[in-house]
Amino acid sequence: MSNNISRRDLFKVSGATAVGISLSSLLAACGGSSSDSAISGKTLKVGLMGPYSGDVAQYGLAVRNGAKLYFKQFNKKGGTSTGKKISLIVQDEKGDATEAVNVYQKMAESNVVAVLGDVTSTPSIAVAQEAVKDNMPLVSASATAADFIKYGKNAFRACYTDPYQGKLMADFAAKKGYKTLCTIYNSGGDYEKGVNDAFVKEAKKKGLKIATQESYSAGDVDFKAQLANIIAKKPDAVLSPNYYQDDGKIVTQARQLGYTGVFLGADGWANIVGGDEDYASGKDLEGCFYDTSFVSANTDKSVQQFIKDYKAEYNADPTNFCALGYDAAMILCDAINKVEKAGKAKTYKDYKQAVIDAIAKGTVKGVTGTIKYEGTGDPVKSTLIIGFKDGKEYIETTM
Amino acid sequence: MTFLTQLLNGLQLGSIYALVALGYTMVYGIILLLNFAHGDIIMVGAYISWIVMAKLGMSPALAVVLSVAGCTLLGVLIDKVAYAPLRNAPRLSILITAIGVSYFLENGAQLVFGADAKVVPAFISTSTIKVGGVSLSLNAIITIIVTAVCTVVLQLLVQKTKLGKAMRAVSEDMGAARLMGINVNTTISFTFALGSALAGIGAVLYSMAYSQATPTMGIMLGTKAFVAAVLGGIGSIPGAVIGGLLVGFAEVFVSALGLSVWKDAVVFLLLIIVLVVKPTGILGRTMNEKV
Repeated sequence: MSNNISRRDLFKVSGATAVGISLSSLLAACGGSSSDSAISGKTLKVGLMGPYSGDVAQYGLAVRNGAKLYFKQFNKKGGTSTGKKISLIVQDEKGDATEAVNVYQKMAESNVVAVLGDVTSTPSIAVAQEAVKDNMPLVSASATAADFIKYGKNAFRACYTDPYQGKLMADFAAKKGYKTLCTIYNSGGDYEKGVNDAFVKEAKKKGLKIATQESYSAGDVDFKAQLANIIAKKPDAVLSPNYYQDDGKIVTQARQLGYTGVFLGADGWANIVGGDEDYASGKDLEGCFYDTSFVSANTDKSVQQFIKDYKAEYNADPTNFCALGYDAAMILCDAINKVEKAGKAKTYKDYKQAVIDAIAKGTVKGVTGTIKYEGTGDPVKSTLIIGFKDGKEYIETTM
Repeated sequence: MTFLTQLLNGLQLGSIYALVALGYTMVYGIILLLNFAHGDIIMVGAYISWIVMAKLGMSPALAVVLSVAGCTLLGVLIDKVAYAPLRNAPRLSILITAIGVSYFLENGAQLVFGADAKVVPAFISTSTIKVGGVSLSLNAIITIIVTAVCTVVLQLLVQKTKLGKAMRAVSEDMGAARLMGINVNTTISFTFALGSALAGIGAVLYSMAYSQATPTMGIMLGTKAFVAAVLGGIGSIPGAVIGGLLVGFAEVFVSALGLSVWKDAVVFLLLIIVLVVKPTGILGRTMNEKV
């Protein structure tokens, strides 16, 4: 979900990379070998970075809160099986790719064994390009951009990608027995377009009919022309993979035009009801479905425990980003614990490789689903399909 | 059937533009001011509806009354505070003031209500009626009827009443009107009240159709309505309605063809073509520039 926020900074990546390259060559020139002491002490250093000020600070702070909560719990339970505690180095990158690379460099210099970051897509890509040179274990809670894991085997993410959600919702549509589908999406948004295109591709593969794909531009408020076209095709379900403010208007206007069928959505729907505002009425949302990885309505014991702990710590309700931060920390701690247990990695260099291998092979039962990796940095995780019934959200199924 | 639905969609959107364009045209007609804050008055009206219904839990009827009254008051207040002291200043000064008022309202709303969209509850509970197997949006029908009624009433008011005569006189020559014993300031205030009341009605109809209020919602709405007013011939009441409907139809049909990305471009292209062919707009009369 986060790439939508950061794409305006796209041009900064190239600049950041150039700075990064010159910095790292400088480092290589004066690099020492005293770094092995980093893994022999009583504490292991882990870097935690994200935007804690600036335009996208809300996401960075949410991830940080979730991650810090898990690290705190991990240390409280005694740390690793060998009794080592995690000490965090937390730094703000202000949502800026150049700043993010600088922050990463500082963390690498202080010999962290892994980095949890970054939060939004553009700085995350810049950091990934740097981290691969150090073979640094890198886990992002929320970087959805495809490129983030492209540079090396050291980068992992806890969230799923936009295309993954599109494919998943198409599979769900097939499972539900919908035959004729239409879509309406913001053609100017990477997130919306990413979900839509993957949905259409998978639906066609499954033999479902895509009757029409209607698009609109960012800022539009009137969707009736496109919706009238859709309704004329008599679809079984309509995909609206946009952010909740638009989705709310689309659903409401479609009902005004007399459409009584199903709407499908992606995790951009997550705030459509239940927050400060309800963006569509319960009556209009009846029978609609969307996918998400975290919902507070989940009755799973560990999820409810997380919500309780989070509230106790921060006196606020956790969002999807908080839960992903928590899970990213869990993935890291699980891997570090395994490396400690095996006790085979003697040098700093081997230790980092061992952590990467442990993440790649591990399975973690997080609050956003069971997460494992199958040869890439993209998680294979269970996803919740949320439905609306009598004006309330419920979990339809897990996929 | 789809064509009929699209026609209705175009009529509804066009009606809202027309109502807003009427406000532009009225004010321009009398003091030659492009009131850029007009779209933002609508925004304030939408927030009033939200406060009355969502926050205070009062009836939709009361929300309509308070929104229209609130907008009317705001319009007169803006005139008294920002425009009246500049009545004899160059037109550029007052134009810049209008832009300032517009920014003030937008940022003020953001400060008070936040940048997030607020959801205005539904004014009517049933949203569709079935006519011969076709679902028609009740909102759309109400919007079209209200706009039609407003236009007729406004036209009668301007052409048949004494106050209307005064407005036309001030519009033609402010100095001469004053010499004839017309209270120019009252007439101008009345025009602002009338234009802003229309904005209030527009705010209610807009909230009915799109149900969300944001601090910046007035910008594009205002710009489109301005285009509609110029298209139809600014200063002309029937012209504003024709312009509004043209812009509404153009948008809906471009979107219906799957070219929604080109929607705004088509509207502005329409404006350019009309201005090249007939610079005063479709129903505009040639103005003699006062030197």
